[in-house]
Amino acid sequence: MRLGVLFSGGKDSTYAAYLAKKIGYEVSCLISVHSENEESYMFHTPSIKKTEEQAKLIGIPIIVWESEGKKEEELKDLEKAIILAIKEHKIEGVVTGAIQSVYQSVRIQKICNKLGIECFNPLWQKNENEYLEELIKNKFRVIITGVLAYPFDKSWLGREIDEKFIEEIKELHRKYKISVIGEGGEFETLVVNCPLFKKGLKISSFKDFGHDNSWRREIK
Amino acid sequence: MILLINVCKEKLHYFEFVKPVEEIIGKDFFVKHYSKVDESDLRKADKVIICGTSLKDNQFVKDLKKFEWIRNYRKPILGICAGMQVISLIYGAKLKKETEIGFYKEKFAYEFLGMSSEKEVYHLHNNYATIPKDFESFTKSKIPQAIKHKTREIYGVLFHPEVRNELMIKNFVHIP
Repeated sequence: MRLGVLFSGGKDSTYAAYLAKKIGYEVSCLISVHSENEESYMFHTPSIKKTEEQAKLIGIPIIVWESEGKKEEELKDLEKAIILAIKEHKIEGVVTGAIQSVYQSVRIQKICNKLGIECFNPLWQKNENEYLEELIKNKFRVIITGVLAYPFDKSWLGREIDEKFIEEIKELHRKYKISVIGEGGEFETLVVNCPLFKKGLKISSFKDFGHDNSWRREIK
Repeated sequence: MILLINVCKEKLHYFEFVKPVEEIIGKDFFVKHYSKVDESDLRKADKVIICGTSLKDNQFVKDLKKFEWIRNYRKPILGICAGMQVISLIYGAKLKKETEIGFYKEKFAYEFLGMSSEKEVYHLHNNYATIPKDFESFTKSKIPQAIKHKTREIYGVLFHPEVRNELMIKNFVHIP
């Protein structure tokens, strides 16, 4: 079955693509909706422009759809992008990195159901602590590109998800109920290397934007 | 020992419809695809959970004869979504169309595996089954959402308790 992965370049969509391929599915294309709205409900935003380079490193085509990021308009844009993927890449199903978010998942399920294609959520309800360990075990190199909750600050930008990170984020979970995988939107990530990539993602420069507990890193 | 039956046609759906149930049960279970369940599995198990599958997947309806064992099985069974449809069809019910996707509030008329009064449940189905003979409905809904055999420990839910209603599955596991 040919699949298209809804891809943001972060850990969840990349790991979902990795699982689909590992199980034996043909990942035919990536589908990425770039939202101009920094507070997009559906689509993660920092460093999203890197998705095209990540697609090159994976060696598969990517459909990039620009959206103004108005709340429900984003969904129409996502549907148009999926329709294009069905036409151009003959996909028969969509893969998402949804874990707990019923808001995201329900909307994608409805689009797939309407279009008559399969919908796969291989990380659905996944145990959060095990997931972090799996990322490291499977050689995923993931960095933080955005933070959006107390007590995070600018110093977290660019940090890699490693054993030290896991230890600290578990402590933040105990103290402040921060989701260790950022499921509540507490932080955003970018995959800089993983077994799907031919080589690591090149980072030539970056710029940080934000204030207090809300920061994002735009990577070039 | 609990037998978890995978109903999914697509391998990748295991992670979405079976694995979350495994996580809730934690230990003492084994997983089999419905096409591979044999007598020794059914003998080894103390209870059976038949999991759900995706909106588009209706292969299990075509393979209903693989579920004939349900009719004479005397140990507790819980069917989730597709699993409930399978149980109902084996007991003579009919499939009908009704799409529900997302969170819905359901009113329980009687206590059902710890679920009572009004509860928010997660739906993911294009079809439902009518109430089979010898079964009772436990919700005040327009379509059957939770059913149980009148005399046997056979339960079916159209919603997905593995999403936000994990306790219901634990209560089934702990039936003496």
